[in-house]
Formats: sequence, structure tokens, C-alpha cells
Amino acid sequence: MDQSPLQASHARPDESSVWPDRIHAALKRNNISQVGYVPDNGHARLIALCQKDNEITDVVMTTEAEGPGLVLGATLGGKRAALLMQSSGVGNSVNTFSILKSCGIACLLIVTMRGEFDDFNPWQVTMGAMTEATLKACGFLTYRVERAEDVEDIVSAGCNMAYGSNLQVAILLAQRLIKRSKGAH
Amino acid sequence: MLDRREFVARLLAHRGELLVVTGLGTPTFDVNACGDHPLNFYIWSGMGCTAMVGLGLALARPDRRIAVITGDGDLLMGMGSLATIGVKQPGNLSVVVLDNGHYGATGMQASATAAGIDLAGTATSCRFRQVRSVSQIDETADARKMLHSGQGPIFIHARIKADDPPRVIPSRDGQAIKQRFLEASAKQL
Repeated sequence: MDQSPLQASHARPDESSVWPDRIHAALKRNNISQVGYVPDNGHARLIALCQKDNEITDVVMTTEAEGPGLVLGATLGGKRAALLMQSSGVGNSVNTFSILKSCGIACLLIVTMRGEFDDFNPWQVTMGAMTEATLKACGFLTYRVERAEDVEDIVSAGCNMAYGSNLQVAILLAQRLIKRSKGAH
Repeated sequence: MLDRREFVARLLAHRGELLVVTGLGTPTFDVNACGDHPLNFYIWSGMGCTAMVGLGLALARPDRRIAVITGDGDLLMGMGSLATIGVKQPGNLSVVVLDNGHYGATGMQASATAAGIDLAGTATSCRFRQVRSVSQIDETADARKMLHSGQGPIFIHARIKADDPPRVIPSRDGQAIKQRFLEASAKQL
């Protein structure tokens, strides 16, 4: 019954479902060696790709608020780190995001959106509606991705901005994009 | 009960190449009171994040030993990070909590540990490999040895007096502290 996220996509290897592979490739090209995440359905395939990659240390966190600390620590050790989270996790992390800006720490944050497009749970709408504004207030540059064919270009540009200039960059993956690839919530 | 300044000074004596991350508030002042050091990274915001900074650093630098020195308030706010550390089992990471059962920076209100919440027990539950409680100064030598040569993840629970020693304030410039730390820690041993 249960398929792993990687197996599931072999059954449907079209572009609409393999955009996580494009993100994974961008992480590799940019020498990102730590990926912190709180599990999310939209990130399932990317998480699985990171877990089986021997050059990436994947760190499952108990709350997204732990992520900025991980990124700061990795940077102090001369490495690059990225974070994966759902939009609700942005709200959990507001105060700890402050350490990134205070210290000029490069951070790529990849956010799967909830509560914005045909979400079955209306309680998700509240945080989803304030996610991008919150990120901007926290000092992040934000880029939205609506279509699978744009993932590679936007994530690559985001990496350049973050790691080239020690900036905090958030890529917001639209719920419509995620739903198209998953066919589910 | 330990005098926090004396305990931290003994812990960090002859520290060698140890990398130290300090939690915001009094633990930062305790570490700086031993003498400012380019291998200290002082955290000034993001309460609860200190142990995670230690984890990111420990994973990035498996060739070096890392000590997180923080307070009970900071660790309580990031208590889940003990589980996150337990999953990764970094052998080069130690977490030292200076536990006075109070929030020293905000007027000495009681913290959860004052009511008996047991951080050492939490660390054990989170699969820290070695957990040591210290409440007498003559126990510091063993804790110091563990910090500098033991197999991690290590958790040292220091019961300290609830006093309010003078603030010994280090740099608050995050960019400068980062740059100094990067340059000092990049040097070959």
C-alpha cells in the first residue's frame, strides 16, 4: 500500500512531479551540505532525496524554530545549509530568524504553501495568508513559484542570491504547484 | 551549589582548540569573564537556539570539539532540540546547562527547573551518550575531562547558585563575532 516518495514518482516521471529533483540538483550544485526540515507532504520527495544523498546531512527537527540555529552553526563551521518547511513553520520561526540577519548568514528556505489554493482545512488559511508578509518582515527576499517548469530557474537564482551575498532567501512553492504533482493534500 | 563563574572558568581552563557557543544572557557573560576568545561565539537573540547552533557546527566540523554553554531558560525554550541532537548523535558535541532555576536576565523569576523539571533526565531520554550532574566544585575536574575528551553527545547539568554576578559584556556585533570565529577556527591545528 505505502509507497516511498521516490517510488511513487517513478510511476509518473513527468515534469509536474519531478520538480523536487530540480531543487535537489540545485542544492548539490551550490554545495549545500546540511538540510534541516520538519516533515511535510509537499516536501516528501525532496526530503527522501536528501536522506539518501551521502553528501547531504539531513536533520529532522522537532520545530521549524530550530532551523535558523542549525544554519548559523553550519555556517560557523564553514558549510552551507538550507531549510525545508511548510508555511505554518514560518510562523514558528519568527524570533529565531533574527539570528540570520544579525550575523549576515546565507540561508535558503524552501516553503511549501498551505491555506492558499483549494486547501480542505480553513484553519490553514490564517497562517498561509500571512506567510510571505511575515518572511519579508523578517528580512527575507521572497520568490514565488507557481509552475513546475519555473522551479529550477527560480531556485538557482535564489541560491545565487543567498550564498553569493549572505542573504536570507525564501522560495515559496505555491499550493497549486504542489497539488498538481501530488493530486492530494 | 556551584559558583557559576568559578565553574565555567575551571571548565574552560586550557581549552585548546575547543569551539564554544554561548546562550544569550548570563552564560555569555560567564564565558566572556574567563577572557574573550576568538573561538567563542556569543549569541544575543533567538532564545532557545543555542543547542541547535552547536549541532550545526558539530555536524559541519567533525574534526573539532564543540561546547554549548547555556542557561536553563534558553534550554527549556529549545528543549526539542535535545531530541534533534539525540537523533544525530554528534560525538563531538557537549551541551553544558548552567541551571539556577531562574531567569536571571529578567528579574530572577523561577523557571520550570525550580519546580523539579529534570533537564539531565530529559537529556538521558533524548539519548545523550553521557549525562553528568555537577553540584560541587570538586566534581568539575571530571566534568572538564568529559567535555574535552569524552564521547558525545555529552550533557553536563551544572547546579549553580541563583545569584546575579556583574555583567561582563562582549561584542554585540554579530557580523564581527562571526568573522572572527571563522578566521580563528579555519586555522589548521
